[in-house]
Amino acid sequence: MYRSHVLVCGGTGCTSSGSQRIIERLEKEIAANGLSEEVGVVKTGCFGLCALGPIMIVYPEGTFYSMVQEDDIPEIVSEHLLKGRVVTRLLYDETTKTDQIIPLNETNFYKKQHRVALRNCGVINPENIEEYIGTGGYEALGTVLTEKTPGDVIQILLDSGLRGRGGAGFPTGLKWKFAAANDADQKYVCCNADEGDPGAFMDRSILEGDPHAVLEAMAIAGYAIGASQGYIYVRAEYPIAVKRLEIAINQAREYGLLGKNIFDSGFDFDIELRLGAGAFVCGEETALMTSIEGNRGEPRPRPPFPALKGLFQKPTILNNVETYANIPQIIVNGPEWFASMGTENSKGTKVFALGGKIHNTGLVEVPMGTTLREIVEEIGGGIPNGKKFKAAQTGGPSGGCIPAEHLDVPIDYDNLKEIGSMMGSGGLIVMDEDTCMVDIAKFFLEFTVDESCGKCTPCRIGTRRMLEILDKITKGQATMEDLDKLEELCCHLQSNSLCALGQTAPNPVLSTLRYFRDEYVAHIVDKKCPAGVCKDLLQYKIDPDRCKGCTLCARTCPADAIIGKVKEVHMINSEKCLKCGACMEKCRFGAIYKE
Amino acid sequence: MAAKKGTVPFSGTKEQEDALMKAINELKDEKGALMPILQKAQDIYGYLPFEVQKMISDQTGIPMEKIYGVTTFYSQFTLNPKGKYRISVCLGTACYVKGSGDIYNALMEKLGIVGGECTPDGKFSLDACRCVGACGLAPVMMINDEVYGRLTVDDIDGILAKYE
Repeated sequence: MYRSHVLVCGGTGCTSSGSQRIIERLEKEIAANGLSEEVGVVKTGCFGLCALGPIMIVYPEGTFYSMVQEDDIPEIVSEHLLKGRVVTRLLYDETTKTDQIIPLNETNFYKKQHRVALRNCGVINPENIEEYIGTGGYEALGTVLTEKTPGDVIQILLDSGLRGRGGAGFPTGLKWKFAAANDADQKYVCCNADEGDPGAFMDRSILEGDPHAVLEAMAIAGYAIGASQGYIYVRAEYPIAVKRLEIAINQAREYGLLGKNIFDSGFDFDIELRLGAGAFVCGEETALMTSIEGNRGEPRPRPPFPALKGLFQKPTILNNVETYANIPQIIVNGPEWFASMGTENSKGTKVFALGGKIHNTGLVEVPMGTTLREIVEEIGGGIPNGKKFKAAQTGGPSGGCIPAEHLDVPIDYDNLKEIGSMMGSGGLIVMDEDTCMVDIAKFFLEFTVDESCGKCTPCRIGTRRMLEILDKITKGQATMEDLDKLEELCCHLQSNSLCALGQTAPNPVLSTLRYFRDEYVAHIVDKKCPAGVCKDLLQYKIDPDRCKGCTLCARTCPADAIIGKVKEVHMINSEKCLKCGACMEKCRFGAIYKE
Repeated sequence: MAAKKGTVPFSGTKEQEDALMKAINELKDEKGALMPILQKAQDIYGYLPFEVQKMISDQTGIPMEKIYGVTTFYSQFTLNPKGKYRISVCLGTACYVKGSGDIYNALMEKLGIVGGECTPDGKFSLDACRCVGACGLAPVMMINDEVYGRLTVDDIDGILAKYE
């Protein structure tokens, strides 16, 4: 028994900022102080508050240290662990606002969160199956195999109202019911861990922080639909998640929780990992299965749906990581518990990856129906540098931008769709007034052009034509007719593309056109980029009233585009100017502006 | 197909070939084995030149055109060798709105190559990548497996100097 546990985040974010070195140093210092018998170090999954990484929590006190550096370790060990004196300078500042240190779950970032899918992330050591079992893990699988029929399991899921967390929000129970109804000698359970939406990393965090929850849910799914083999298709870009999954699968096999005759019930189930190779379209269900089969990951027309003919032409269900992570909890706590959270048609919680221009970047899990304002302003801590909120982007390249006027809409599948975006996998990127919405639309189109698999014409050629028009707009070469053409193309892509990638590719354009049409018009008619992003439409100028003639800008300019004598007002030669912005950054008097 | 042979002459060793054959024999009876085999092959050789694809085709009986189709479909498979230090700049949304585009442009300028290329001395190769999932540290770039976060353009020289 340890008297104290130090939990250090081993998620990708904190590992990137050096948490592995911190753990090694911590273990060394603890040993040097003779505390090895008393203090245990646990490498956990993601705590969620990635902006402040590397993160460390000391229990039983629950002291939350943020942005810990390797050199801070000796002090933490000798002061806190040895003498019991908290190192206040490293505390997360919100926990120290008053004289008393407030608990973490009462801070703004955590107090509105409700962790179901993330419940073990940052709590247990994901590389140790006993810690998962110790927090109630595999209890759901045991209950299902010994007390429930496959039909019962499906009914529980239907009653819970759980919908797919990967994008479209299809009811999970219904999907399972269809697959269960189809007879076949072999069926498959697949897990979509090909988290491709840029800016979304909740699936990665679950796999890194609580891999057994996914394995357990997949085994439950196997039992419900009558499958004995599962596949997890995971992005190769997530090396830590892949490693922890491998460890988890091996441990589950050792403990008899995967393999033959699980819980002596006569039920066999095993899981294999398949690594992706960097194709966004493989997040689409049919493309993912084609890829597991060893082919180019191109989607195929539906019907037949995977529930009838999926992987290797056999009935297959495919669910996303976060969907699976909810399932053991639903079985243990009952469908009523799950359905008591959320809104009318969207039950439970949703994990969002908060990113972009926001203070607390990281992972948050909130009940469905939480407003965007609560997420951005309260949990996220608002926009840095006193800037104004402009839009939040959800749903990645398939979603849209939500403007400030909709900040108070309760977030659920249906509301997001109504306001022109979508849930997607849960990326939530905040943009401030310095973000150009035309440029963002162009950014997403560049993404879809790059990732279009090329199988169907509307997507292959349509996205390219759309990008060309957007490019013209950002260069000030477009006409208003081009805008009409762009909108027409959007309609064609939506109705004629083979898979969701093409069908939803116009969403970033349509939603920005809907809410920020004046910005498009400003680019086309006035040849101006109101946010000051599109370089071809920008001019850097010097305010003669503010310029002191210090010559710093002229010396900084890489193109010798700034002229002026010492102590005289300087000028920028717009023909030579590269619009790199270096002068503006260097000017101490705020005399340089762009328009 | 001959035109698709890389400009860098193939220089595989006997050890690499043995490792590849071993991997193929372990994997080839699995369903959908091609992708795992190609991933192993890329681990062994660092890239997938025509010669390696041909060996896989001969050994598995999978036609060359299918192998070539798969290698060119996925962005992680590369037909050309990468630099000793592989730089990838994240152009995912979170990094992009925080200015990773500027980092990428500055790297192209400093290294004198465009994305997807390798410096003539074989030292650095530069690619844009999709989200690495370290959005909390945006903007982010990776050099081999090392992640550099909260970057500004001014940091680049110092970081590159570490690899000189």
